Amino acid sequence: MTASVLTRPTATVPVRTSRRRLRPGRPIPFGSAIGPFLLLAGWAVGSAAGWIDARTLSAPWTVVTTAGDLIADGRLQDNLAISAQRAGLGLAIGTAVGTVLAVIAGLSRWGEAVLDGPIQIKRAIPALALVPLLILWFGIGEQMKVITITLGVFVPVYIHTHNGLRSIDSRYVELGESLRLPRAAFIRRIVLPGALPGFLLGMRFAVVGAWLSLVVVEQINSTSGIGYMMELAREYGQTDVIIVGLVLYGLLGLLSDGAVRLAQRRALSWRRTLAD
Amino acid sequence: MATHAGGLTATRTVRVQGLVRGFGNRAVLDGFDLEIGAGEFVALLGRSGSGKSTLLRALAGLDGDVTGSGRVDVPGNSSVVFQDARLLPWQRVLDNVVLGLRGPDADERGRAALAEVGLAGRERAWPNELSGGEQQRVALARALVSEPELLLADEPFGALDALTRLRMHDLLRELYARHRPTVLLVTHDVDEAVTLADRVLLLDSGRIAVDLAIDLPAPRSHRQPQFLAYRESLLRALGVDQTEG
Repeated sequence: MTASVLTRPTATVPVRTSRRRLRPGRPIPFGSAIGPFLLLAGWAVGSAAGWIDARTLSAPWTVVTTAGDLIADGRLQDNLAISAQRAGLGLAIGTAVGTVLAVIAGLSRWGEAVLDGPIQIKRAIPALALVPLLILWFGIGEQMKVITITLGVFVPVYIHTHNGLRSIDSRYVELGESLRLPRAAFIRRIVLPGALPGFLLGMRFAVVGAWLSLVVVEQINSTSGIGYMMELAREYGQTDVIIVGLVLYGLLGLLSDGAVRLAQRRALSWRRTLAD
Repeated sequence: MATHAGGLTATRTVRVQGLVRGFGNRAVLDGFDLEIGAGEFVALLGRSGSGKSTLLRALAGLDGDVTGSGRVDVPGNSSVVFQDARLLPWQRVLDNVVLGLRGPDADERGRAALAEVGLAGRERAWPNELSGGEQQRVALARALVSEPELLLADEPFGALDALTRLRMHDLLRELYARHRPTVLLVTHDVDEAVTLADRVLLLDSGRIAVDLAIDLPAPRSHRQPQFLAYRESLLRALGVDQTEG
């Protein structure tokens, strides 16, 4: 050791420190679960030790039993079904409208001139700011709720599908011309598959947007749905029911985003990207 | 605007009269005339900027956005092979081949065309799973599956490596012998032109500078003295000095 110090004084300094590691290092097993687990643990410990007042935040086990009770008397399922129906209907209509408008605006200059401007303006107005007007026009029934969700959904679908459509390689359009493809076949074989990556990205925003709009419409003038269930719980000071609703919204958002990502992976299996 | 009309006799497939094409103020083709007989294999040589791609695009009807005039008569069923294979990445190989086909037997014809270019069994592959040469074979199958009267090829082998290119030459001659379309092949490679074509046109600043019939027995080879003579005269016309030849 001393001999090496004499001959090469720098050899005592570990070589590894000289090269700085810029990468974050190896992934931690189940890393993404650690943060939520710590949060849950803190909540449980706080509730058990009495640091958290049950009126401020119910204990996790109370939330679980409340969820069990809500399921047992059918309230959770009923409200979930009606919420899912609203979100699904708004999502379906919004997706269809957004896609059709994107194809029209993408394939014709006139379509773009007429449609793109108003939709960009609509994009700049928060969907929730339209709610008062929509209530005046459509009342406080299901129609207003579904329309609000539709309005929140069609914009991201339109924007990303339109963008995907516009970025289709012009060489493929030329190919279609050289093969004298009829317009319908051109749309089916080249335009729609070419715009699919953009469309699916739009769908990821849209599903989240659908649940978001749902929360708002269900907390105003509603008599059913998860949002109503939570709103009612607020009046009675039942934080446990509110937490059940929040967890439900979170799960629904995560699940629907996961579903779209799965569809993305399957539909775009022809693509070789960095992520694969 | 040019017209793409019929009215052709049995012996003449392509007829171009007084074709004018330009970009901005620069005329690439100015009063261009050309006739190609039915079943002829014509190679169109020229330096870049000589107007060869402009002519091919005019024949293919792919230049709707370019200003120009003149008369272009080509058969209704013509096919184009581009320099890039231009396969739709989101369609499997067979779907790419039958893209422009209609009718209940489309898939069957597509399979036969793929077998012809040596790609039987790859029908379900994605285009990006194929090598560059294989992709160009698929493009050839797609161009020929509709049994075109006229095949327009825009430097189809330009992006391939030398060995693959030689194999593609053999394949193209083979397919040509079987289907007998009229072929217009744009290339910048003199050897490719002399190897493949029955007639070589040399385009220079929008005019045909050389119109040379290639009369060589098959199989053509670089060792044939006649081959070298054709090659040299074309290179000379292109302005390449062959001091070592």
